[in-house]
Amino acid sequence: MNQAGFPLLSLITWLPLLGGAVILSVRGDEATVATNARWTALWTSLIVFALSLLLWGEFDSSEAGFQFVEHLTWLPQFGVSYRMGVDGISVLFVLLSTALTPICVLASWESIKKNVREYMLAFLILETMMVGTFCALDFVVFYMFFEGVLIPMYLIIGIWGGPRRVYSALKFFLYTLAGSVLMLLALLAIWYFAGTTDITVLLHTQFPTNMQYWLFLAFLASFSVKVPMWPVHTWLPDAHVEAPTAGSVILAGVLLKMGAYGFLRFSVPMLPQASTYFAPLIFALSVIAVIYTSLVALAQTDMKKLIAYSSVAHMAIVTIGIFTFNAQGIDGALFQMLSHGIVASALFLCVGVIYDRMHTREIARYGGLVERMPAYAATFMLFTLASMGLPGTSGFIGEVLVIFGSLKINFWLSLLGGSGMILGCAYMLYLYRRVIFGRLTRADLQAILDLSPREVAVFAPLVLLTLWMGVYPASFTHFFETSVNAMVSQHQAALTGGATRLAARLPDQKVLP
Amino acid sequence: MIYAVAVLVPLFGSAVAGLLGRAIGDRAAQAVTILCMIVATICGETAFIQLVWGGAPTGTVRLAEWVSAGSFHVDWALRYDTLSAVMVAMVTFVATLIHIYSIGYMGHEHKPVARFFSYLSLFSFAMLMLVTANNLLQLFFGWEGVGLMSYLLIGYWYERPSACAAAIKAFVVNRIGDLFFAVGIAMVFFLFGSVSFSTIFAAVPQHLNDTYALFGTNYRALEVICILLFIGAMGKSAQIGLHVWLPDAMEGPTPVSALIHAATMVTAGVFLMARISPILEHAPVALGVITVIGASTALFAATIGCVQNDIKRVIAYSTCSQLGYMFIAAGVGAYQVSIFHLVTHAFFKALLFLSAGSVIHAMSDEQDMRRMGGLWKKIPLTYTMMWAGSLALAGIFPFAGYYSKDAILEAAFADGSPVAIYGFVCGVLAAFLTAFYSWRLLLMTFHGRSRADHHVLEHVHESPLVMTGPLIVLAVGALIAGFSLRGLFIGADWHAFWRNSVGVAPGNHILARMEEIPAWAALAPSVLALLGIALAYIMYVAVPTLPAGIAARFAPIYRFLLNKWYFDELYDAVLVRPFFALARLLWQVGDVTIIDGVPNSIAHIAEDSAEQAVKLQTGSIAVYAFSMLIGVVLLITIFLIFR
Repeated sequence: MNQAGFPLLSLITWLPLLGGAVILSVRGDEATVATNARWTALWTSLIVFALSLLLWGEFDSSEAGFQFVEHLTWLPQFGVSYRMGVDGISVLFVLLSTALTPICVLASWESIKKNVREYMLAFLILETMMVGTFCALDFVVFYMFFEGVLIPMYLIIGIWGGPRRVYSALKFFLYTLAGSVLMLLALLAIWYFAGTTDITVLLHTQFPTNMQYWLFLAFLASFSVKVPMWPVHTWLPDAHVEAPTAGSVILAGVLLKMGAYGFLRFSVPMLPQASTYFAPLIFALSVIAVIYTSLVALAQTDMKKLIAYSSVAHMAIVTIGIFTFNAQGIDGALFQMLSHGIVASALFLCVGVIYDRMHTREIARYGGLVERMPAYAATFMLFTLASMGLPGTSGFIGEVLVIFGSLKINFWLSLLGGSGMILGCAYMLYLYRRVIFGRLTRADLQAILDLSPREVAVFAPLVLLTLWMGVYPASFTHFFETSVNAMVSQHQAALTGGATRLAARLPDQKVLP
Repeated sequence: MIYAVAVLVPLFGSAVAGLLGRAIGDRAAQAVTILCMIVATICGETAFIQLVWGGAPTGTVRLAEWVSAGSFHVDWALRYDTLSAVMVAMVTFVATLIHIYSIGYMGHEHKPVARFFSYLSLFSFAMLMLVTANNLLQLFFGWEGVGLMSYLLIGYWYERPSACAAAIKAFVVNRIGDLFFAVGIAMVFFLFGSVSFSTIFAAVPQHLNDTYALFGTNYRALEVICILLFIGAMGKSAQIGLHVWLPDAMEGPTPVSALIHAATMVTAGVFLMARISPILEHAPVALGVITVIGASTALFAATIGCVQNDIKRVIAYSTCSQLGYMFIAAGVGAYQVSIFHLVTHAFFKALLFLSAGSVIHAMSDEQDMRRMGGLWKKIPLTYTMMWAGSLALAGIFPFAGYYSKDAILEAAFADGSPVAIYGFVCGVLAAFLTAFYSWRLLLMTFHGRSRADHHVLEHVHESPLVMTGPLIVLAVGALIAGFSLRGLFIGADWHAFWRNSVGVAPGNHILARMEEIPAWAALAPSVLALLGIALAYIMYVAVPTLPAGIAARFAPIYRFLLNKWYFDELYDAVLVRPFFALARLLWQVGDVTIIDGVPNSIAHIAEDSAEQAVKLQTGSIAVYAFSMLIGVVLLITIFLIFR
């Protein structure tokens, strides 16, 4: 049943590649090619975004299952097929990906000068891979998209990045790949056990508890690097620092979400016993991450690194929320993911604005910008507040829901996980004060310009989204509420049902020999 | 409907002034915000009058859906009951006066001030959302909103490093309390399955004996909730331990100090206690804690106030101390009395701050009282206003403070439990100190020989009408608010006034018992206040050498008080520095050396061993042949041994 009447998801997924092909076919001198590449990329990503709005409009949020399902046989002898579909959990991530891509194209409009064609091509390929990851309903297809993301991102950091780009790109690649290899093994084990890689089937397959533990650890290896969780987070600050602004935006906005999405899509529903068993480990790592990386953020002297570390702390809130297995926690985690996708992206764009002007991210090189850049200061302030989780902005809802959900587990989890509220306030305000407030003393800052119309166009949608999500979050939670409730009750049923089924099976086994 | 207008109109004014301020100019921005505030005040007062005398029914105004997650549903809704209506009436009234006053006070600014008015209005909106909240989460929205505006307004003069530091300090310290508040809200949801006040209060009797395990012991869940929410209130209302931000907050422009750090925001904690009084009534331990903390703060802040030299800081510590009084009242179950004092305090403390602002304005931004003196002839109106405010603060008959502060001490005495008596003793001592530092301030500023330099003195002038007008209105309030509101708030007929907005358990007769305390206990605060005034007169007028002599004689105590009990130094040494050191340690050692060190060194090992392996390939046939030979010998040996 496909509401749109045509393969909408495949269109959203593959259209960017078509745009890429157009970019490649352009001939002419370098300036023409660059201009063409920019405009083609922008229009392609805007059309894709418009299509995903159609998805948003047609999506039936009262339905817990997958929608817009497409199916093509691909490798029937292995039980593998090309299957696409979205449910309440994934649909908003498709939108997040398609919304951020045009913003990235626009943000790179002037700052990327060399190899524009290849750069835009990389972003369009990246978009295909991201959307594909969230739409895939077959594990093999998912794995290919999930890994495919690495290649364009690796190139974006490695070619258009800063001075230490090669080290960072390699580190990024090796860390993520190392985890993914284990996921590949898990994938093979699952296929061997279930005979299919169809996610809709796997979601209702009961794996033996022992096998669940191994599968969970293999998934953990892959997803924890992507999230990233402490202590495998150190690739992130390096990658962010070296990546071009738009690369950071996608990295923080979408790529980090893939790990958490993986937990939600695979670990929790497929491996309920193992998830419950390992939840305390996740909680411990997440609480350490909140406190540890928030403190590290406080000590940073590089703006991008500071925000990168804050991302680790915010994603730790997400992992806490997911493993509470209750509606508030998971809703909070999902909301926090969306909110972080918007807010962290916006913060990286904010850094990009002054980096484009001054070519430094050193905090100490700034100060008193509010004098010359009032509009920028106001924008930056809004995202600073959203990052701190101030009520009325998107950041609050996710954080408070996770605090609510985690209190059902444990008081200290709630309090310590929530301590990001204090530390986040400290490092963000400290950053803001050093960059924006104070006296404008440096001569080279005297002539700094406020936001250009292009930059206003970049920030305006993000500002609106941040406020909208804060004031009327129900319009977003609405989308995933049904799916999350279904997941929560399935999880509880699996825990109790699994036990009874096991108990029911035991006597049989005794009789058998 | 008019109630919603009262709450939302300031938001509109703020948006216009903030977003279009540069386009429409300062005058227009001021006009818009003040007009909006006047509309809000008219609506707010009307709503109050309708409720109290018009017999309007209480209820809620639902605006929109807010959060929905699983069984958790929260709406944007305004609660219309006496407690909220009192606060709305007070907040809109004081905020409007301060908007008007700010026209004059900010008149000398070189930069556009539309931003200032936008902030003030946005603050008013957040405060109104706080007091009209129909659920704890919306209250938290207002709570954090006023915190944000406080941050922005303390740091209004952003070029000053001290203002920026004070602003961050205020926000971070508040957030410490807020974290506990948030967890407290989560606990409410955990216990009651809702955060909406009506639902919670109705369900309290069913949860009286629920327990929650913490530190390995089972505590009554209601106690845990109340303590958590109270820690939040301690942050916002600057109670001892979390008070450190309030004195520093005086870095902001004086109208801000008057509005936020005296009349409205800092009293949010007290309001919260009254709001959750139906729960609090069943949490005797929490009530005891509240009384002790409040009483300690009342006395502690008053001791510091006695030696400060910055005119605004004296008043700031006085605010801290008065908030302590309000918590004493809440702690003994006399919530009506705490709100009564909250309202009268709003009048006379705003009056004091604005008068101080008028002095500062006259003295070309001088705030140090040691460089003032003899000003009363030059600015007689401000002088008179300061007298009115000080009389009210010290609780001299018939000014407002006499009724409300004495009521608190009477309630504490009437309660009679050991913690309440502790509250009474601290409160009475603080009353003495309050009168002393108030007259010390008056005498140092307005009497004696002038200690200012002549450039400043030449410019001393009475403030314009936009500034003195609000002062006069507030002074009238400080004079009449006590006896005119007493009957309503804490008179025999208080049930009819408060209806059910304040939860008073059936066994709580504190208001009735207040009337029966012995005469000496009722008179003690007034007598001590007069003694305090007399002492101030002796020290600062009759024998002017006395203060310096006492300071030298009791130097350690003097230094201890002057340095504010060394709270800032303590926190700096115990919290701030260690945290920054830990932050650097975690970064440089934790991340760079250990976490990154392992993969990096694995990479190095791989690289090095590859380099070594490369060296094996020398290209020399002789070496290859020799190694083959060794290999053959080894193989044969192994073969022979293990055969």
